[in-house]
Amino acid sequence: MQKRVWVIFTMIFALILSACGSSDTADENAGGSGSSDSGEKATLDIFSWWTGAGEEDGLKALLALFKEKHPDIPVENAAVAGGAGTNAKAVLASRMQGNDPPATFQVHGGSELNDSWVAADKMEPLNDLYEQESWNDKFPEELIELVSKDGNMYSVPVNIHRANVLWYNKKVLDENGVAPPTTFDEFFAAADALKEKGITPLALGDKEPWAATHLFETVLLGELGAEEYNKLWTGDLAFDDAKVKAAAETFKKMLSYVNEDHSSRNWQDASQLVGNGEAAMNVMGDWAKGYFVNDLKLAVNEDFGYLPTPGTEGMFGVITDTFGLPKGLDNGEDVKKFLSVLGSVEGQDAFNPLKGSIPARIDADVSKYDQYGKDTMEDFKSATLVPSLAHGSAAPEGFLTKVNQAVNIFVTQGDVEQFTGALQSAAAELK
Amino acid sequence: MEAARTEQSAAGKSSVKRGSSDRWMALLFLLPSFLLIVIFVYGFIGWTGYVSLTNWNSLVPDMSFAGLKNYVFLFSDFRFQADLRNTLFFTILFIGLVILLGLSLAILLDQKIKGESIFRNIFFFPMALSFVVTGVVWQWILNPSTGVNLFLQTFGIQPKWYTDTNILAGFQWGQIEFGLPAALIAVGLAAVWQMTGFSLAMYIAGLRAIPDETREAARMDGATEFQIYRHVILPQLHPITVSVIIIMAHISLKIFDLIYSMTGPGANFVTDVPGVYMFETTFRGNYYANGAAIAIVMLLSVAVFMVPYLINSRKGAS
Repeated sequence: MQKRVWVIFTMIFALILSACGSSDTADENAGGSGSSDSGEKATLDIFSWWTGAGEEDGLKALLALFKEKHPDIPVENAAVAGGAGTNAKAVLASRMQGNDPPATFQVHGGSELNDSWVAADKMEPLNDLYEQESWNDKFPEELIELVSKDGNMYSVPVNIHRANVLWYNKKVLDENGVAPPTTFDEFFAAADALKEKGITPLALGDKEPWAATHLFETVLLGELGAEEYNKLWTGDLAFDDAKVKAAAETFKKMLSYVNEDHSSRNWQDASQLVGNGEAAMNVMGDWAKGYFVNDLKLAVNEDFGYLPTPGTEGMFGVITDTFGLPKGLDNGEDVKKFLSVLGSVEGQDAFNPLKGSIPARIDADVSKYDQYGKDTMEDFKSATLVPSLAHGSAAPEGFLTKVNQAVNIFVTQGDVEQFTGALQSAAAELK
Repeated sequence: MEAARTEQSAAGKSSVKRGSSDRWMALLFLLPSFLLIVIFVYGFIGWTGYVSLTNWNSLVPDMSFAGLKNYVFLFSDFRFQADLRNTLFFTILFIGLVILLGLSLAILLDQKIKGESIFRNIFFFPMALSFVVTGVVWQWILNPSTGVNLFLQTFGIQPKWYTDTNILAGFQWGQIEFGLPAALIAVGLAAVWQMTGFSLAMYIAGLRAIPDETREAARMDGATEFQIYRHVILPQLHPITVSVIIIMAHISLKIFDLIYSMTGPGANFVTDVPGVYMFETTFRGNYYANGAAIAIVMLLSVAVFMVPYLINSRKGAS
C-alpha cells in the first residue's frame, strides 16, 4: 500500500515538473528571439487586426515583398481577427504588459500610440531610421507629428484613411434635383427636400456607438474648423464652450434626419441603405468605398459619389495605421528592415491599392489607384490634416470610451447641456 | 435485497480497515485540482478585488490604493445605474417566464400523450445552441425593418423591438429613468426561448418523481384535478423551482454573449448589462480598476442568490 502511494505521488510530482518544464521551453520559443546561437534568424511576428477581405491581401502582398527583399529573415502574419481591433488590442495589451512584445504591431498614429505605448516607455525611437531612409520630407509634416512625441519618431505610417467623407447615392440625388451639399445649410435644405419625397436623408448605423461618434466628429470639424478642432485635444478649448454646444445642436438636428432603425444597424448596413437607394447620404470613413465597390459592386462616380462632409472642404480627418519597434527585442535590426520596406514607395504601393487606402507617402505612384484614391491623394497633399477622434488618433482610448457613452446617451436624449458637460468632465482626464 | 445489504456492509467493513491509506489517497488525488482552483479561481477573485481598490485605470499599472473610489464612481455613473436597472428587470422577466412556461409545458407533457419524447426533444433543443447563435438569430428575427415585422405589417403593427428606447412605467431615479426598458422584452424573449427547455426538463423529472399513489390517494379523497395540482403536486415541486431559480439567476446576472451579439449596449443603454460594460471599459477603455469593480459587483450579486442556497443545501445534507 505504502508503495502505491509513493508511486502515485511521484507521478503527480513528475506531471507538475513536466508542466512547468514545457511552459519554460514555450516561453523561450516565443520570446527568446535572438538568443539562438545557431545563427538562425528569429521569426518576425507582424501583429495586426487585418483579417478582412482587402486588408488581408494587402498585408500578404507586403509580407511577400519583404520576403523577396530579405529572404534570410522569416516573417509570420500574426493577425488577430475582430472588428476594429478590439480583440487584437486586448491581446496586445497583455503581451506588452507581460514583456513579450511582438516584433512590430499595428497602431493608429496619434494618441493611441503616444499616450499609451510611448508614454508607458514601451517603444524605441526611430529617429535614425527616419534619417537613414530620409523620410522626413516624404511624409507630410502633420503626419510625422502624429507619430512623434517630444521630438522623437516612434512609428512608421503605412496608409491613410480619410474620416470626413460624405457618401451619396447619385441616382437618388439626381432624380430629386438635389445637389450634393457642401455646407450645413445646404445639407439641411437637401435633407428637407428628400424627407418630403419619403427618402431617408441620412443613413446611420450606430449599433456600435463609435459610428455616431464618427458623425459627431465630422460635425465638430465642420463647425469649428481645423484650428479650433485641434484645440479641443490640447485642452485650449473646453467641451462646454458655446462653439461646441452649437456643434452639438447641429449634430442633434442631423440626427432627426436618420433612419429610425439606426441602433439595429452597423456601419455596413447603413452604407447599404445608401447603396440600394433607400437613403440618400451617409457619413463614414473611406473604408466604406471598399464596401461599396467590392461588396455591393457599385461603380465610383456612377452609382455613388463622395465629397468632404459639410464645412470640411480643405480639411482631412486622418486615420493612419502605423508600425513601430517595441522595447526589449533582440532582433531590433531585423524589425527595422521590415519597417524600411513598409515605409518605402514600393511597400506602400503593394499594400494600399489592395487595402483600399491611400499611401502615407506623398511621392507614391498615383497610377496604381482608382479615381477615388487619386482625388484623395490630391487632397491629402493640400488639405490641413487633423486627427480623428472616433478612431483613437485625437485622444486616449479611455477618453474615447467615455465619449462613445456620452454620444450614445445623447443620440436618444438630445440634451445638449448634459452632453457637453459629460464630455468636459471626461476631458479632465486628458491632461 | 438481503444479499445486497450484506454485501454492502462487508464492503463498508473492509473500507474501515483500509481507512487511513484510502484517506491519504483521496487527499492526494484531490490536491492538484484543489490547488488549481485555489490559485485560478479564488486567487484571481482576490486579485480582482485588490485591483478594484487601486488607481489602475490606464495601460500602465498603477497599484496605488484608491479606496472605494471606483465603486463610488460606478454607482453614480449613468451607464452603470442603467445596467443595474436592466439586470433587475431582465432577471425578473427571464426567470418568471422560464418557470411559468417550463412548468406549464411540463404539466401538459405529463398527461401521457402520444409522441411525448418528440415534443420534449423539440422544446429542449434550443438549449443545445450557444447564446451567441441565439443572439444573432433573434437579432434578425426581431430586426424592426427586416424581420418578423414584415409579417406583422399585415396586421398594421410595427413594434420597434430591441431598438425601442421607451422605459415602461418609468420615473426619474438617480440619473436614470427607472422602469422596464421596452427593448429588454425582445432580449428576454430570446433568452426565454433558449432556456425554457431546461426548466421543462427539470420539472418533468420532478413530476415523474411524484409517485402515482399520492395522486390516487388524493383522487380517492375526492380532490378535483385542479386541486390535486394546486395542493398535492406543486408543493412537492418546490425544490425544483428553487434549483431552477438558482441556475437561471446566475445565468441572467452574468449574461454577456446573448446581449453582445444581439443588441450591444443599445441606444441610451436600454439593453446594456454589467458584463458588456465591464468588457468595454476594461478592454477598450483600459479602465482596469473600474472593470474589476464591476466584476466584483457582479460576483456579489450572484452570491446573494448562491450563498443562502449553499447554506440551505448543507443543512439539508447534514
